[in-house]
Amino acid sequence: MKTLNITSAQYTRDPDDTENAGISFVLDGKTYQVVLGAVGNRHYDEIMRQVAAGTLTITDAD
Amino acid sequence: MSKAAELAALIGSQSSLSNKNLIINGAMQVAQRGTSATSLGNGNSGYHTVDRFRFAEGGTPTYAFTMSQSTTAPTGFSNSLKLDCTTADTSLASTDALLVEHFIEAQNLQHLKYGTTSAESVTLSFWVRSNLTGTYAVWFYQEDDNRAASKTYTISAADTWEHKTITLSGDQTGVIDNNNGQGFRIAWYLASGTSYTSGTANTDWQTLDNTNRAAGLNVNLASSTSNEWYLTGVQLEIGEQATPFEHRFYSDELRRCERYYYQVNTVSGGNIAYFHNYNDSTKMVSVYHPVTMRTIPTATVTGNVGTEYRSHDGHFQMFYGSTNSNTTLNLDTMFFDAEL
Repeated sequence: MKTLNITSAQYTRDPDDTENAGISFVLDGKTYQVVLGAVGNRHYDEIMRQVAAGTLTITDAD
Repeated sequence: MSKAAELAALIGSQSSLSNKNLIINGAMQVAQRGTSATSLGNGNSGYHTVDRFRFAEGGTPTYAFTMSQSTTAPTGFSNSLKLDCTTADTSLASTDALLVEHFIEAQNLQHLKYGTTSAESVTLSFWVRSNLTGTYAVWFYQEDDNRAASKTYTISAADTWEHKTITLSGDQTGVIDNNNGQGFRIAWYLASGTSYTSGTANTDWQTLDNTNRAAGLNVNLASSTSNEWYLTGVQLEIGEQATPFEHRFYSDELRRCERYYYQVNTVSGGNIAYFHNYNDSTKMVSVYHPVTMRTIPTATVTGNVGTEYRSHDGHFQMFYGSTNSNTTLNLDTMFFDAEL
């Protein structure tokens, strides 16, 4: 399969926690959210693959 | 053989008399994302119209297609999936391809007993129609053990619905894992460069060889803007005979589709979800999915989009910072994607 066109990614947090809880990312110009550890979710898996390949960086949460 | 004996043999060959069809939305009834998507080509692999049936391209093709839920259908059906070529590509590069795919969740295939000596044969049947006659290819793939098989079918008469049947032996080697991942992929190849056609059709399961994927395919649906291709009545069942299509209620198919994707749109005059106070500085909205989704879905929402959220396979919560308890906040649309 082809690589998904993910242009940016940023960690998000749960309101009751100071740790990262999810990732907000932009795919084909549209913003999506996925939680950390969602293995099996095709977007999360692709983000982790691109991060491991060094082609995508997840920026810190605001 | 008497009719009674034929019936007994047929019944005995089937694992069940209901829920026999392993395909979801085989009659193309459900199209949550919309009924038409235009300009599909390079970079547009994904779900666009009819649920569970995926447009897929390979290489860097220059063709473009409109994919739609059509009302052109054979007797007994109301809908079909239609691909209509709008920009032709007469010189496919070796890795260029055009296909329609359907993924089946692995845990729904355990009764096929793959990887054992009792592995079951399956039969794929479907209605197909095109102006472009010739030999087309169908590719079957097991991701877990990287196993594949490919078959061909022929469209003999232009612009005429034809019913096709393909039987595939059980795979005694490849094991389909008992999980929520991809167990089976079925791909209808409609155009392909030589990278996927230069081998030979491996009609029984073998280790993946990409050159065999679409071996035997001798048409290019992208060759002319006059070309169109329709598909409906897709059924995959245990056994070596195709039985009549198992028609399901729209509501039943919709529920099955929602395990993988659902969306809620704003209706005129009202928003779909309102935030309530979570604490002094935060408001929260909770959404409970209509069914347990295959995995934790990817969410995209519009409206008062917060930057904090929780998401599970059963529900979704979004948080929005607001100290004004009288402020009304709402979501306008929600899309949840747990596709394979």
